[in-house]
Amino acid sequence: MSEKPVNSPEIRRLPRVLEPGYNYASVTDKIASIVLTRPVSLGWLAGFSISFTILMVLLGSIAWLIIKGVGIWGINIPIGWGFAIVNFVWWIGIGHAGTLISAILFLLNQQWRTSINRFAEAMTLFAVACAAVFPGIHVGRPWMAFYMFPYPSTMGVWPQFRSPLIWDVFAVSTYGTVSALFWFVGLIPDLATLRDRATNKPAQIIYGMLAMGWRGSARHWHRYQSAYLLLAGLATPLVLSVHTVVSFDFAVGIVPGWHTTIFPPYFVAGAIYSGFAMVLTIAIPLRKAYGLEDFITMRHLENMAKVMLATGLIVAYGYFMEFFLALYSGNKFDVFLVQQRLHGPYSGYYFALILCNILTPQLLWIQKVRTNVAALFVMSLVINLGMWLERFVIVVISLTRDFVPGAWGRYQATFWDYSTFIGTMGLFVSLLFLFVRGLPAISIAEMRELVAHKSEGDE
Amino acid sequence: MSTEPRNTLYGVIGEFDSANALMAAARKIREAGYQCFDAFAPYPIPGLSEAMGLHYGLKGWKHNLVPQLTLLGGIGGGLTGFFFQYWVNVIAYPLNIAGRPLNSWPAFIPVTFELTVLGASSFAVLGMLALNKLPQPHCPLFTVPRFKRASNDGFFVCIEAKDAKFNLAEATKFLEGIGAKFVTEVRDED
Repeated sequence: MSEKPVNSPEIRRLPRVLEPGYNYASVTDKIASIVLTRPVSLGWLAGFSISFTILMVLLGSIAWLIIKGVGIWGINIPIGWGFAIVNFVWWIGIGHAGTLISAILFLLNQQWRTSINRFAEAMTLFAVACAAVFPGIHVGRPWMAFYMFPYPSTMGVWPQFRSPLIWDVFAVSTYGTVSALFWFVGLIPDLATLRDRATNKPAQIIYGMLAMGWRGSARHWHRYQSAYLLLAGLATPLVLSVHTVVSFDFAVGIVPGWHTTIFPPYFVAGAIYSGFAMVLTIAIPLRKAYGLEDFITMRHLENMAKVMLATGLIVAYGYFMEFFLALYSGNKFDVFLVQQRLHGPYSGYYFALILCNILTPQLLWIQKVRTNVAALFVMSLVINLGMWLERFVIVVISLTRDFVPGAWGRYQATFWDYSTFIGTMGLFVSLLFLFVRGLPAISIAEMRELVAHKSEGDE
Repeated sequence: MSTEPRNTLYGVIGEFDSANALMAAARKIREAGYQCFDAFAPYPIPGLSEAMGLHYGLKGWKHNLVPQLTLLGGIGGGLTGFFFQYWVNVIAYPLNIAGRPLNSWPAFIPVTFELTVLGASSFAVLGMLALNKLPQPHCPLFTVPRFKRASNDGFFVCIEAKDAKFNLAEATKFLEGIGAKFVTEVRDED
């Protein structure tokens, strides 16, 4: 045995990215068996039934919305946005961690991304799907939601591209498309593995069609790798642009509390923050249920906790800057809004937000907390809640406390607001349940690369 | 239309134990003068395509046009994005929004950027698939039972019959000589 390199995990006493003792075949077996051979468990069935029921709540809520109109929600002038936009921003933000893991950590050559990137990307797609529901049903006449897109209409009307709302349409649809492409490209070699291992005809045909004849040819791999690298390079600025554009929806307006230049970076950091929290929320039960502790190790959980801590601090800086700039500018509307956050009717939400997003994550400085699975799980839920509250505070407090007291109002969410929001969680979780049984939740080809890399290192 | 079922020789395939053995084999096959051959591995092996002589040196760029296509897609997407917005807001449907110029080009940048990324990404993926000649539902190699392991833990090399130097007996002997196991001929049949 040669000397260990300085940054080897053993020397830094870090848990490994992959537990020892795996070879190509055992990695393939372990991951592919979840999809191909493992019988449907009672737990899966129960979980899927519950989430599917919640999905039906979403469909019911949308049906009722289409019948009655947006009046069933708590929105009214001056609060035109309400839950729909809060939820939209929340879901879109959650998606960002998937792209960050798959693209940015890939470019930075971070090996620990390997076993979490596949389901994090799936999470991105499903979160974008949930997010996309809201603008569509919020427009009032959802059957005319296609007006958002530029198309040659018989009325000769076109969108005007000086509005951030149309930028958002392009940003979110491009993000959804590119995330799907990235995910699918990553899946091709694994689909070939499933095709070759499936024992029943329908599975062979379905995976065979999806794998498109992939056979691991060196020529194919070469072009594949350059396409994958380019996609990672393209997805990186894209993911930063998406939440920037989402923040423009607010920052370009002149409403107090929105009209600030800190919004784009602080929205992006918040997005990554909530996204990593959601990855943890999914990863912790997933590794437990399918015995993937050897692949999704403590190292992964701890690294994600560190990313949460770092982005959480950026978000905290954003909150601080909002305050500071309001006071420093001396703009009385901005100062008033700060007072409203602290003492207004929604101050409870604001303090809950500070508790969830700034105070609780400080526990992550302690290594014992970062390596405690239960604590991390609870913390991920707290941060998800905190990030939702952040968007609530931004949307609702600013809109209820506009420039003129005559334009002030109050906002109270209704049953249908909550049922639609909870319903999208049903959509999200149902898709995740289907995903873990239908596709490999961990990239098998990349795990083989990791095995190859590890065995070279040991020689 | 011929009524005869297709049954031609596609090539000869052999299996190796490890990535390193595959790499060494690829180099030997290239050095022996074969042009039409391919290596198959369950994961991308760094340096394998160079060992096969595909992407080596200045001439190698022809084997991988994905970056060029991606650039093309990006430029096309960006130009389309910008000039579409220009056409819509200046020519087709001019609107006076708070007295701003019709060609408010800074406001067109976000959509231009998004469409640049969309164009480049689509070209990267579709270009990669097209250059790889995928989707290809059938490949004669799929008839070799052991070839299933190429997507698991097998490393294969196939010398194709279309190679000018190809001779079944010689190629078989050559593959066995460089350490290949389970050397079999591959037939392209209906």
